[in-house]
Amino acid sequence: MSQIYFTEDHEWIKVENGVATVGITDYAQEQLGDLVFVELPESGAELSRGDTAVVVESVKAASDVYAPADGEVSEVNEALTSDPALVNSAPTGDGWLWKMKLADESQLEGLMDEAAYKASIA
Amino acid sequence: MSDAKSPKHLPLEALHEDAGARFGTFAGWRMPLTYPAGVMKEHLHTRESAGLFDISHMQLFEIEGVGTTGFLSRACPLEATDLKEGQSKYTVLLNEQAGIIDDLIVTRLGESRFMIVANAGNAAKDEAHLRAIASDFDVSFTPLERVLLALQGPDAEAVMIAAGLDLSDLTFMTGTEPRDGWFAARSGYTGEDGFEVALPANEAERFARTLLEDDRVQWVGLAARDSLRLEAGLCLHGQDLDENTDPASAAILWAVPKALREQGDFIGAQALQRIIANGAKEKRVGLKPEGRQPVRAGAPLINETGETVGRVTSGGFGPTAGHPVAMGYVAKALSKPGTHLFTEVRGNRIALDVHPLPFTPQRYKKG
Repeated sequence: MSQIYFTEDHEWIKVENGVATVGITDYAQEQLGDLVFVELPESGAELSRGDTAVVVESVKAASDVYAPADGEVSEVNEALTSDPALVNSAPTGDGWLWKMKLADESQLEGLMDEAAYKASIA
Repeated sequence: MSDAKSPKHLPLEALHEDAGARFGTFAGWRMPLTYPAGVMKEHLHTRESAGLFDISHMQLFEIEGVGTTGFLSRACPLEATDLKEGQSKYTVLLNEQAGIIDDLIVTRLGESRFMIVANAGNAAKDEAHLRAIASDFDVSFTPLERVLLALQGPDAEAVMIAAGLDLSDLTFMTGTEPRDGWFAARSGYTGEDGFEVALPANEAERFARTLLEDDRVQWVGLAARDSLRLEAGLCLHGQDLDENTDPASAAILWAVPKALREQGDFIGAQALQRIIANGAKEKRVGLKPEGRQPVRAGAPLINETGETVGRVTSGGFGPTAGHPVAMGYVAKALSKPGTHLFTEVRGNRIALDVHPLPFTPQRYKKG
């Protein structure tokens, strides 16, 4: 059973067996425009909630993507190195950013579910 | 008057809203940044066909009177008497230290009548500066209220003809008044062939709609305008030029006639002569970062031993070039193309090379 959370910063977090996959929402990619570079963390990096985990750069500007909880980066989406536009074309699919082993899954409690997130951007 | 909290609105704002534009404030104006196609497609479309830009935030000044050439030759490093009717010239306003107050395009419309197109962000400053100079000359100085549209790209001429405005007689950097209250020039800010057309607001919507009915025409926002001009190696005042940079350091000395580099009566002439005689200490150059990571304005330029030797003044991604592009200032000795430099972005060291400008070939229709 997986569960999907959303943050006010327009990130989605899909949790399966204590591992979170993190990306940005379709709304966020649309706001940012065409991405040309994604700076990914190192596998094994320790992140604290609120740390800048990823920087996504559009033609015009750079934006931070924050760690939604404490944990250790277990995998990064290497495909984005050569094709950052995957985040635009498939933000909730092939355009995921990184996976992390959550230190404390309860830190995600209080985040929005999909219905609440959709209402927040409507 | 407007301030940052209440930006000025373009006369054609509703047309941009209908086109789905995303807006942002630039130089005190609420401007379309991108349209639904997105910056990448807008940029490429301009290079391939015809991009339509609303640049009505820019300010037109009309100057008229027997003292006009004297006035312009005082205000700018320009031999205004030598300008032929219909000829446009890229020039600058300098302060006494030869610092660049603004860059402008001046077009001669008649024996004693000229048009100036100035940057939006500097319009008020330019007007005050020019009015102060004008008081010594027999000239009338009139800011114009116009919509200013730019149509840029290889299809621009054909689109204009189809829209009933045949400007095919114009060559790059010439201008004309095709209709009452209109001003059109073969110029732009993309490196492509194209036109800038100023026209009264009450005729502008119809003209813009006529252009947009043509399948070759797409709206292009400020974001792509910036990436287009950066690839074309063109300066943005406020970033690549400012009151602390001079034409020699900025590598726009080509805009100053040779005779005026040694002797001239324009404001800043003596300072500029000194700078030229002593050699500019730094120079504006193109920069090509290695890899995919864009390097932005404000990033330091560092040499191999870690010393700061310059700064990036504009940077981003070049959709046509296919790699990040930037420009900046470096110490003169390091300004040769191929020179290896470094910068730092978020603690990462990135190698970059001094690169000739432009990054993409300019495709102007020269006479």
